[in-house]
Amino acid sequence: MAGKISESEVRHIGHLSRLDPSDEEVGRFSEQLSAILEYIEQLNEVDTTDVQPTAHALPVHNVLREDEPRPSLAPDQALANAPQRDGDFFAVPKVLDQDSGA
Amino acid sequence: MTLPTLTEIRDTIRSRTTGAREWMGYTLERIDALEPKLHALVSYDGDRAMEQARLADERIAAGQPVGPLAGVPLLIKDNLCTSFGRTTCASRILANFEAPYDAHVVERLHRAGAIIVGKTNLDEFAMGSSTENSAHGPTRNPWNLDHVPGGSSGGSAATVAAGVVAGSLGSDTGGSIRQPASFCGVVGLKPTYGRVSRYGLVAYGSSLDQIGPFARDVRDVALLLANIAGHDPRDSTCVKRPVPDYLAALDTPLAGMHIGVADEYFGEGLDPEVRAAIEAAIDVYRAAGARIVPVHLPHMKYAIACYYLIATAEASSNLARYDGVHYGHRTAKPRDYIDMYCASRQEGFGDEVKRRIMLGTYALSSGYYDAYYLKALKVRTLIRNDFEKAFKEADVIVGPASPVPAIRIGERINDPLAMYLMDIYTVSANLAGVPGVSVPCGFSSAGLPVGLQLMGPHFAEDRLLRIAHEYQLRTDWHTRVPPIALEMSGQ
Repeated sequence: MAGKISESEVRHIGHLSRLDPSDEEVGRFSEQLSAILEYIEQLNEVDTTDVQPTAHALPVHNVLREDEPRPSLAPDQALANAPQRDGDFFAVPKVLDQDSGA
Repeated sequence: MTLPTLTEIRDTIRSRTTGAREWMGYTLERIDALEPKLHALVSYDGDRAMEQARLADERIAAGQPVGPLAGVPLLIKDNLCTSFGRTTCASRILANFEAPYDAHVVERLHRAGAIIVGKTNLDEFAMGSSTENSAHGPTRNPWNLDHVPGGSSGGSAATVAAGVVAGSLGSDTGGSIRQPASFCGVVGLKPTYGRVSRYGLVAYGSSLDQIGPFARDVRDVALLLANIAGHDPRDSTCVKRPVPDYLAALDTPLAGMHIGVADEYFGEGLDPEVRAAIEAAIDVYRAAGARIVPVHLPHMKYAIACYYLIATAEASSNLARYDGVHYGHRTAKPRDYIDMYCASRQEGFGDEVKRRIMLGTYALSSGYYDAYYLKALKVRTLIRNDFEKAFKEADVIVGPASPVPAIRIGERINDPLAMYLMDIYTVSANLAGVPGVSVPCGFSSAGLPVGLQLMGPHFAEDRLLRIAHEYQLRTDWHTRVPPIALEMSGQ
């Protein structure tokens, strides 16, 4: 029986989430997430006409400070946990395909 | 036999009756003896801790001024950044992460003179209710090693219950302090959202996360709260508001207590033994002269659904930072840069974290945003309004912290929804931002602890702790010690 989230939707959400779920995970997550979403459906019983959303429990808005320079991490500290570094830069695999002509 | 409290340890160090080094030796011995059974620590550094204890003893001997926690050994949850050791969040993705700075609460504890001995186990990124979702393996409940300690701050609760330390810190996004406190028979406080700076707490659900203390009695919890609460400009949600004297509040006379009791906290799924323990606790307050006031929280039944949409939506955004670029795990041979993200995250995150990221991504994705995420934010308003109304009638609302005592290891791990439903009594305090504390109030027939939860209005921790303290003045559940803690030589 197809649940609320089909296997192809799990693959799609997985990609949006920058995950790469295995076939086994796709099957399991589809079942589990469907059960969770079915439970969540009960929110539809609640009348929320004219109710404002609460993004944050306290009425704190627009906390401002002076825009003053402050000390920050030195390059060596900031790069200390980098999986791959090249001098003072974070190194990543090539972004553009060499054949794309870009 | 009782275990030493934080206050006793602090006082004997100060008076030089027992040195900080002796207490540290005691702590390290307990780690050696108990850690193989409990598996509650992710990392610790005994040499570093002992060196700091030596310095504390020196300062005290020389008559130099010291902080209110000088020389006291503490443990903190491994999702709090420390500039020493690793901060793993019990995740493979941060297995080797060394934070370049200290969390605000770590700075505060250092300033108070406390010694952070090590970091405690948790559900990966604080996502879970059992500490089974840890890349380091599960922590065990000191009252029964076949049972979970609760979660996500399971290691912080278990170490305090077993007397490894007298105090620890955890974090609570949907019950992650109060529920393990309840499962392990210790006191655990989630402060008001905004009371304690979240700077350096690895983010899970930013509008819900709050750091708080564990200890075996309310006085020690008040002592720890006093040393972590207060404004910090580095967390823009941390309020500028005076911090009451929590310790002094405990010794003030208590008159005109109004104890709120909501039917919604005694619903379907509540274990009869837990119910009996909570009803007995309410009788203790009644006998103390409190007025028991019926209150109503009509939207409480929607709290789990609401919470698991909001928390996962925030998590999906917060955990986008683990990209294999700046820090954390990167896959060995990525095909291209998209594959680097996907494979690194796929290899680095555990099941529960993946489920929550995907659920949150789904709730925020186009076509579903209004139906799920926005709807949940509106229901959150109604839940918050329920509490506001209830606190017009009552000083605190009492009920169970968890519908069941500690479950067995493995019991619900393959049924995430069943695991989520265990959070029924704790998530609403996070949605409303109000403080909540769990105090030990009895045992099941199987010998597992039961926790009484008390919740109060925003920033009323002083009165909340005062009322919780009153319970401990009239009962001795908090002095019970798990047998495993007594098996140590020479006890």
